[in-house]
Amino acid sequence: MFLGIENINPSKVAAIDENGLQLTYGELCDAAREISAAAKERTLVFALCENTIGSLVGYVSFISSGVVPLLLDSNMPEEHIDCLVNTYNPSYIWTHESRDFSKFRKVFSGWGHNLYATDLKPFSLHDELALLVTTSGSTGSPKLVRQSFKNIESNTKSICEYLEIDSTERPVTTLPMQYVYGTSIINSHLKKGATILLTTKGIMQKEFWEFFKEQKATSIAGVPYTYEILKKLRFTNMKLPSLKTMTQAGGKLLPELHKEFAQYASENDVNFVIMYGAAEATARMGYLPPKMSLEKYGSMGIAIPGGRFELIDESGDVIREYGMRGELVYYGENVTLGYAENGEDLKKGDERSGRLETGDMATLDSDGYYTIVGRKKRFLKIFGNRVGLDETERLIKSRFSGIECACCGVDDKMYIFITDASLKSDILGHISDATSLNVQAFCIKVIDEIPKNDSGKTQYSKLEEYYD
Amino acid sequence: MNLEKYNNAFTTSLDITDDLLGEQLVYQSIQAWDSVGHMTLIAAIEDAFDIMMDTEDIIDLSSYEKGKEIMKKYEIEM
Repeated sequence: MFLGIENINPSKVAAIDENGLQLTYGELCDAAREISAAAKERTLVFALCENTIGSLVGYVSFISSGVVPLLLDSNMPEEHIDCLVNTYNPSYIWTHESRDFSKFRKVFSGWGHNLYATDLKPFSLHDELALLVTTSGSTGSPKLVRQSFKNIESNTKSICEYLEIDSTERPVTTLPMQYVYGTSIINSHLKKGATILLTTKGIMQKEFWEFFKEQKATSIAGVPYTYEILKKLRFTNMKLPSLKTMTQAGGKLLPELHKEFAQYASENDVNFVIMYGAAEATARMGYLPPKMSLEKYGSMGIAIPGGRFELIDESGDVIREYGMRGELVYYGENVTLGYAENGEDLKKGDERSGRLETGDMATLDSDGYYTIVGRKKRFLKIFGNRVGLDETERLIKSRFSGIECACCGVDDKMYIFITDASLKSDILGHISDATSLNVQAFCIKVIDEIPKNDSGKTQYSKLEEYYD
Repeated sequence: MNLEKYNNAFTTSLDITDDLLGEQLVYQSIQAWDSVGHMTLIAAIEDAFDIMMDTEDIIDLSSYEKGKEIMKKYEIEM
């Protein structure tokens, strides 16, 4: 079974949800067998995820029995789901029973979820394909990352090793299950027979902290924005004696905030682990060993066990000097097979051979630690989500025909430059809806003219002076 | 006057109109009031009344009405 969970003591509790409902490893294995009996092997299932036992059971069942799940947000707008259904012809949809897919045939019910068979004509799947994840959860892009069984096993093993995960761990969910960082937490803790605390509540809610304390959570995970919130909540004054580990990924934490939390961690016997990764590398590629967190604040760290980094210059040659800026390249068994942009791509095999050009610019110091210093491609990380800037421009231009617009910005703040002031609030509403991101992520600036060069390309660097 | 300031904190930070203010306005009842919106809202309320809210109050402010009650602790009457 997936990650060898059938070898774990069947009476050990695998998950506890926010209502106190428990699921043992034995029950999880039984559930997996039951659900797999209802779904044909080597088919595609869309699994609509939230941090509940039903979603967990579905995920483990499918992946254990060779049914390939595409993990999606349970709140994904219907038009985005329809678009993905039309692109990939999934054989099944696994969803909480509150969401209606009665246009399809219900073939199984359990754990508050329904399994629907779509009877669509399936595409063939490559033998190694285990899991599909979206590249951008927010813009509804059909571009997916293809992950193999070997990718997941390799990455899970590395994560368990460098985070020293054992069966006594009780991570509380702070990230969506379909977000690769969230999936990796589930995988690494199930592999070690730990107990996952599942909650749909967020860190801004009282119920979350009551659950945390009552269930004695041992670890918490967050994207940079999570740490901004924790600071606002004056987290460092909270009494959380069960907490042993805090991890951070999903974008670069501001160095000052990194230092502040590293300081807190060193004074409170907590491991604070900065990590680096991407869906294209299953989840993790790098981490900063917690004992170095304070000394090397601002740095991303070193490659995970079994992986290796190098920096390359613009001509693709390896950079050997310290402090030189170059594109970060990663090598490891967790480098995924490649992308899928349509149903035909699902039969493709490994296109990367264990090498990933990350698109991130980094430097290396003389102690062997890497620091992310910039980005090669035009995208931002907003609240931990990758949001393509050109894609956002296209979203706006297709909705407001003939509009002049340019998108750029910094992580957690996208600036949308327009020339027609009358469209300001319409654009804000549209873009927040279309990306499912809070309006606070966007700042609309009205300027006289979008700066362009002679060939008509937008000169984004000239827009930086307008940033707040 | 205080009520106006309180309302204004909601309408500007959640980007909503006055008619949405009321009992039905609770955390996650509208898309804008998620964790990000909550952070912005708390900052706006703190700015409006020049107060610093306790952690328990920040996470307890789960509705428009509840917030009014919490404000009493900071001696803000509406």
